[in-house]
Amino acid sequence: MSDPNPQELYSKMLDEAKAEVVSKEGKTRVLVGTATCGVSAGALKIKEDFEREIQEKGLDADVVEVGCIGHCYAEPMAVIAKPGFAPVCYGYLDDGLVHRLVEDFLDGDDPSYEYALAALERNDVFPTFEDFPRGAYEEKLILENCGYINASDIKSYIARDGYSALAKALTGKPEQVLDEVKAANLRGRGGAGFPAGIKWEACLNGGADEKYVICNADEGDPGAFMDRSILESDPHLVLEGMVLCAYAIGAQKGYLYIRAEYPRAVWHVQEAIDQARDRGLLGSSILGSEFDFDLEIFQGSGAFVCGEATALVNSMEGKMGMPESRPPRLASQGFRGKPTILNNVKTFAYVPFIINRGADWFKEIGTDDSPGTAVFSLVGKVTNTGLVEVPMGTTLRQLIYEVGDGLPNKKEFKAVQIGGPSGGCLPESALDVPIDFDSLHDAGAIMGSGGLVVMDEDDCMVAVARYFLEFTQHESCGKCTFCRLGTKHMLDILNDITRGEGDAETLGLLKELAEDVRDGSLCNLGKTAPNPVLTTLEYFYDEYRAHIEEGRCPALVCRDLILYYIEPPKCSKLCNVCVGSCPTEAIFTREDGLKEIDQEKCVKCANCLKACPPEYNAIIKLSPPLLPPEKEKKAK
Amino acid sequence: MSEHVTITIDDRKVKARVGEKLLWTALENDIYIPHLCAIEEEKRPNASCRLCFVEIEGMSHPVTSCTKTVEEGMVVKTRSSRVDRLVKTGFELLLSDHDLKCRECPANRNCALQKIAKGRGLKLRQKRFTLIERDYELDDSPAEFAFNRSRCVLCGQCVWADRRENEIGVIGFARRGINRVVTTFQDLPLAESICKECTVCVDVCPVGALYYKKTAE
Repeated sequence: MSDPNPQELYSKMLDEAKAEVVSKEGKTRVLVGTATCGVSAGALKIKEDFEREIQEKGLDADVVEVGCIGHCYAEPMAVIAKPGFAPVCYGYLDDGLVHRLVEDFLDGDDPSYEYALAALERNDVFPTFEDFPRGAYEEKLILENCGYINASDIKSYIARDGYSALAKALTGKPEQVLDEVKAANLRGRGGAGFPAGIKWEACLNGGADEKYVICNADEGDPGAFMDRSILESDPHLVLEGMVLCAYAIGAQKGYLYIRAEYPRAVWHVQEAIDQARDRGLLGSSILGSEFDFDLEIFQGSGAFVCGEATALVNSMEGKMGMPESRPPRLASQGFRGKPTILNNVKTFAYVPFIINRGADWFKEIGTDDSPGTAVFSLVGKVTNTGLVEVPMGTTLRQLIYEVGDGLPNKKEFKAVQIGGPSGGCLPESALDVPIDFDSLHDAGAIMGSGGLVVMDEDDCMVAVARYFLEFTQHESCGKCTFCRLGTKHMLDILNDITRGEGDAETLGLLKELAEDVRDGSLCNLGKTAPNPVLTTLEYFYDEYRAHIEEGRCPALVCRDLILYYIEPPKCSKLCNVCVGSCPTEAIFTREDGLKEIDQEKCVKCANCLKACPPEYNAIIKLSPPLLPPEKEKKAK
Repeated sequence: MSEHVTITIDDRKVKARVGEKLLWTALENDIYIPHLCAIEEEKRPNASCRLCFVEIEGMSHPVTSCTKTVEEGMVVKTRSSRVDRLVKTGFELLLSDHDLKCRECPANRNCALQKIAKGRGLKLRQKRFTLIERDYELDDSPAEFAFNRSRCVLCGQCVWADRRENEIGVIGFARRGINRVVTTFQDLPLAESICKECTVCVDVCPVGALYYKKTAE
């Protein structure tokens, strides 16, 4: 009876971590958001600025790197937690603001609320994030710790009860973990929404003595960054979920398949694995139990198709990253021919919550058929871009207009693209669709892994469809006929349409081909590649027709169908900003002193449009590309 | 337990070995289903040519018969409007990337594409899709045979035969997407590669991409 049980070992670990965190929280801390998004906005410089200013003033304060807090629009950001004050979050930081915050708040006692975004704890002085519309709709589970804990320090995670689900599970039986996940009806967050519990059970019953758990972090959709942010901000949550899965199905070895283009995620996860192993949370006899499990990172080389299960496994086995026909499914015959569980980053991240709080609690959130929350990277033409987490069943309208605070610059909403290149574009009329796996599928889009791009009146839907198809065509592995050749022909047709070429038959052929590629392709990349085309054809057919019938691009985007024109009544003799802005010297001064564009030389770069001072605003785009005098002639 | 199951294909009851893939059952019973990439001995079907679609009762969509294992009582139709449409599109897509000069081709009258066209009443000269332009060089470096990539339909028969014959394969698939080709290591001409000119690849090529020089004369 000398062996300590997992709970005892864990309690010791927890007490230690809490004590350390409490002692740290006794002094002022500056938490700088340094996930990839923050870093690209200059967070590392901001961190240095804080450190330098603090040192110069001789203050006693720690500067800590944390992950992504989710308010991308305001990067770089930092939270200042000073004893005696509620922690306050500041955005849009620069060296001047850092200087001021250090002087007034860290050295003095003025939190400079005029620069604050929100407080993080309720107080009598300043509102918290929950007091804004976004806060009312958001419900953070798997993003709860993101931006608040130090991803490089396991104690930071443990102090927030991290790994308590593992300790709890290890004192019980593996079946209990499986039963709980099954009862919670946790659906895979990679996009398809297949129930994780059923997959796990199939793997458990797969028979072999060797089994694998793989986390799919090959996130590659344009505009999606949910998985990256979670791995960079709270890597231990994902690791804990994977260990729980391994315990449930009896796996000994696991891998995180992370794209090599995510160096910070790779770095944080590797750090997390090492720290977990040091503390006996990974490796042999985890938390003193008889359960052994270890994790390793496998870096993907950036092929989008490797997010597809069989292609991912092929690439891990050293073969070309190309999909295979299924069955057999991975759960019975996966990595190295052994039963394998492959789930998305977010799917694993929910598991510790389900084990800790129970299936019934989980099912209270979201809808009956899609319990839990949905994580989106909300980007595009939306005021508050960010990483958001809302309960399933929230409508697209709430997500865009309440959480995202609508569209900037008073522009008209046109479409929302959900699910990346495999998803679809939904129009205004679909905004009241609740976000869950089945409703989105019925509307023609997919949940996908969570990319959500908002588009306004300035976006051409033909160009958008073309953009996504160019992506999938480029990423097609070339194995099967429909995807290899079908996407190529679809792209050629779309290119023609953006040039105004084609007729009614062209649109018919495009639709037919898109449907056949959807029905005929081998893997889900090919099967879903036509979705952007099919949904835009369905909801924005008139825009396609305008291109081919009138040679007109209604959103004034497609280059071959527009021209730039300087309106003489608005142009001023006193200004020649546009002349200097033109890279091809296409703009000249007329005899009357006004400017004009030589259409032969114009490359339609839009520089002049941006350069023209707002008081004149003289440059406009015209489609079809006819100059007003020509247009009049034509009309006669 | 019986080692056979009985299934119905196009209203005909046929016997099939347990575990067999539907395509082979049909072909053995002289029921034609178009196919290019299927290899009976291969454990995991390639399933890349996407031509062997059939309808199976109880399934919502046409499925490829090369990947479907026979089951007792299975009811199969090899033709339906949906199957025909997919086969037509798949076939025409392949032809949009095929150098269609049958009279100059050594596989003329013995060509899998011609066979599919005949079997399904499809035209070889399709009009829906613009032809994809390629500038592949003819590899006639081997003594006895040559490789004309512009006829290749990427079925993979040659790659598989090569692997079976030679421990280390000479040819394999390379590159991705629309640029996928069958080629040697470092794209060397066959004669400069490790090719021993055993010609097993030539014997299995269904479309005259790999051909004996003497038949071309």
